[in-house]
Amino acid sequence: MKNSIKTIILGKKIPLFLDSGKQLKNFKIAYQTYGKLNKNKNNVILICHALSGDQFTAGINPFTKKPGWWSKAIGPNLPIDTNRFFVICSNILGGCLGSTGPKELNPATKKFFNMSFPVITIRDMVKAQKMLIDELGIKQLLSVIGGSAGGFQALQWAATYPENVISAIPIATSFRHSAQNIAFHEVGRQAIMSDPDWCNGNYIDKKKTPKKGLSVARMLAHITYLSEEAFQRKFGRNLQNKLSVAYGFKTDFQVESYLKHQGQTFVNRFDANSYLYITRAMDYFDLPNQKKGSLKNIYKNTPVKFCVISFTSDWVYPTKYSKEIVDSLNAVGANVSFVEIQTDKGHDAFLLDEKEFNETVRGFLNSTANIMGVN
Amino acid sequence: MNRLDFEIIRNVIATPKDTSMILDVPMILDVGCENGKLLKFLNKRKKIDGRGLEISQKNVNICVKHGLSVVQGDADKDLIAYPSKSFDFVILSQTLQATHSPEKVLSQLVRISKYAIVSFPNFGSWLVRLKLLINGIMPQSKSLPHTWYTTPNIHLCTIKDFKKLCEKNSIKIEKSFYLNKYGKQINNPIGKIFNNFFSTSGLFVLKK
Repeated sequence: MKNSIKTIILGKKIPLFLDSGKQLKNFKIAYQTYGKLNKNKNNVILICHALSGDQFTAGINPFTKKPGWWSKAIGPNLPIDTNRFFVICSNILGGCLGSTGPKELNPATKKFFNMSFPVITIRDMVKAQKMLIDELGIKQLLSVIGGSAGGFQALQWAATYPENVISAIPIATSFRHSAQNIAFHEVGRQAIMSDPDWCNGNYIDKKKTPKKGLSVARMLAHITYLSEEAFQRKFGRNLQNKLSVAYGFKTDFQVESYLKHQGQTFVNRFDANSYLYITRAMDYFDLPNQKKGSLKNIYKNTPVKFCVISFTSDWVYPTKYSKEIVDSLNAVGANVSFVEIQTDKGHDAFLLDEKEFNETVRGFLNSTANIMGVN
Repeated sequence: MNRLDFEIIRNVIATPKDTSMILDVPMILDVGCENGKLLKFLNKRKKIDGRGLEISQKNVNICVKHGLSVVQGDADKDLIAYPSKSFDFVILSQTLQATHSPEKVLSQLVRISKYAIVSFPNFGSWLVRLKLLINGIMPQSKSLPHTWYTTPNIHLCTIKDFKKLCEKNSIKIEKSFYLNKYGKQINNPIGKIFNNFFSTSGLFVLKK
């Protein structure tokens, strides 16, 4: 199984300087590629995954044996067409599918990092991705695409490395975490940390897993990823394998069963400490704060072409935040498109097969590729 | 079908009065770009860096699908966000009459552009006058197809009105085009002199 993870060691000569002031040397980044790099190396698209995603964005995920999280959008003849583009997706720094994170061994101490892993930020993740593409000999990305926390990374790429990015597609995302975003994350983290099996973060050494805590965190988060309408449409008040309520506290409703299933499948594939670190990185994300509190300062004179996409029923990162990004980009004369997709599927709509969304991504990418003379 | 004024807009952009001011690939903003047909039309003949502002999200989505850089927005509210002189040309084709505050929109157009191209239906046309005179009801025509109670055109004006407004705001009219109901430019001298009477719509290149 380990063989299906492609990893690269980075920071061998120059370490990764983290926002926290700490450094990471000899860290691993796991990544996947799809399609072929062309001769001019100008057909590269970087996909940034969200909180619970991984590098297996297209095709079949070798661990879950299920289609990759964006397999409906990436592949031959799909909106992100691997016949034309070379797609890279890496497991984010702090992730748990091969990249260095809390569940990996600290090369310096030969012990598991656990909570001694440094607190990281979205910008740290992006810096690690930049080191990866440098190592792969790629100078310029035709596009950086990501939804949710992946959208943070896309925005951060355009902010930190504007000369290396032709275009960015931030999807269902925002330029900073709101109080409500932080609040939901904090409940999730508290659920994990109050699980006795969390063992102050040292559960690997104690051969335990804080399954209950992580599962509750996922259940809660999952509610925010859908919408009231979507829940109602999918489940209503339908009962789970019974004709009437049981006057007890076992699963009565389908929606309960669904959430429990979401929680259980998540603990099998995700690391609880990774969840803590990545949600923290998201909470710390505050792009305007990186330049005197103004998003306009961030993108002044930017050469990057943007396509901002939001979804009407997304209440994690509602359209108004995308609009604010768009207004700031317009104010500095940047090349920006903005599309809001009508859907009742909530925040997770970007992962689903929304026709309008797919066509937007396809149209934007192909026109950008045509301008850049990508064959 | 293309709007009647497309050809003229294309010619204006292809032959600017002062070429030194205009970039090789001119930056153009089409305000009220609908489904992007003008931008696409312009792009076909000359390389442009075209952007669009469009009020209907549905139209915006169509534009972006076709690879155009378009954002959802409102001419009355959102032009203010663009920096001064950030476009070589800003186009407002057959939309001025539908804005809430034509005077403010006009001022914004000349602020953010080197040249603003504005066209609108002429309510002073003899056809309109005749219809109103004979029928006594709000005139409807090809360029003004709506009934008075469904029309988005809340600020109709005549060419004379428009010129007065430009004067009031010290906006210079660089070029004027007077069009008949077939969208053809009126070239005979009488028609040109009595343009407010003979033309169905007017197109002006403005500067401030």
